[in-house]
Amino acid sequence: MTATIESPRSGKNSSGKISPQYRRTGASRGNFEMLAWLFMRLSGVVLVVLIFGHLFVNLLVGDGIHAIDFGFVAGKWADPFWQVWDLAMLWLAMLHGTNGVRTIINDYAENDSTRLWLKIVLYAATTVIIVLGTLVIFTFNPCPVVDGVQLPGGFCPA
Amino acid sequence: MTAELAEPASKIELPAHIGGGGDIPSFDVTLRVRRYNPEVSDESTWDDFKVTMYGTDRVLDALHKVKWEIDGSVSFRRSCAHGVCGSDAMRINGRNRLACKTLLKDLDTSKPITVEPIKGLPVEKDLIVDMEPFFQSFREVMPFLINKGHEPTKERLQSAEDRERFDDTTKCILCAACTSSCPVFWTDGQYFGPAAIVNAHRFIFDSRDDAGDMRLEILNDKEGVWRCRTTFNCTEACPRGIQVTQAIAEVKQAILSRKI
Repeated sequence: MTATIESPRSGKNSSGKISPQYRRTGASRGNFEMLAWLFMRLSGVVLVVLIFGHLFVNLLVGDGIHAIDFGFVAGKWADPFWQVWDLAMLWLAMLHGTNGVRTIINDYAENDSTRLWLKIVLYAATTVIIVLGTLVIFTFNPCPVVDGVQLPGGFCPA
Repeated sequence: MTAELAEPASKIELPAHIGGGGDIPSFDVTLRVRRYNPEVSDESTWDDFKVTMYGTDRVLDALHKVKWEIDGSVSFRRSCAHGVCGSDAMRINGRNRLACKTLLKDLDTSKPITVEPIKGLPVEKDLIVDMEPFFQSFREVMPFLINKGHEPTKERLQSAEDRERFDDTTKCILCAACTSSCPVFWTDGQYFGPAAIVNAHRFIFDSRDDAGDMRLEILNDKEGVWRCRTTFNCTEACPRGIQVTQAIAEVKQAILSRKI
């Protein structure tokens, strides 16, 4: 048998011999990971308040779950307080969730192109939802009028 | 056996083969060892060895028995064999431990005891892995005293409280049980790993050391402390009982309080 086995030992040269997949590549992006870590903790705390407040007001106060309909949502979004509340909830939840999934992709994707594509899909989805959600909160009109004609629905006063 | 009941039982007759202390129970165990030999095959296989061991024996003793009496080609590292050198970390029954600190009687001997190399590092042969990536991370955190002041004529004095601050992380024996139990390290081997952070912690919180900021900057890397997911695998794996996850959390907080 004449198989040649390369010596696995390091120290052939001064820098040692590390298998290439272990060599840390790419410069670190400043404090990004630290800020992401901090954001996860802070947004998590804020989200607990926002989400439980949201659930309490929507499902428990007054008629509770039976009061929820188009009019209920329209009424809430007529109030700047709930616009800000829902906007904060949307942005924080989306960024918190996106960063969580980004972390999972970094931890589990085994090759670089898979990692890249998963992140592209993730960021695209996040952008669409945040933009669309923000647009809805600010431009929501319960009684849209198109070409001088009230859209059907029987909800709005004539 | 004789009926000399009149004599008080002051004399115990020991069998000839026992020096004292009573009989040590013996039992049969099956050692299921993960074998890998790149000269023969690129695939790893399991080999079973049945050995008779005693209640005082450790997994390392069983491995010795296998290597010395059954199959001399079984390869593993061990140096001191008493839990100090950190050479014989391996995955025993799916958990990272030191073979020299794991008593057979503490394991379920009714089933085969699986012995594998630690995960996440390239296997060289059987239970021997290439530790170089692990030591590279260790070197990168500069695990040595850096002091910019004047060199004292005597030793560098330190209060007992200051010494206590980093006492836990001085216990590390660099066995790699923690780093090779970390799922983040398993993925791509880029993460510095718990052991490097523990050894950085040992100097970051040493009042005599002046390079804490440099080490914090090194560990603020995207492959540094922020990759820790606090799964506590490292704390569970540490044969020295170091609170590894807590040490990592303290380093995280030190970086945060320095930046903000």
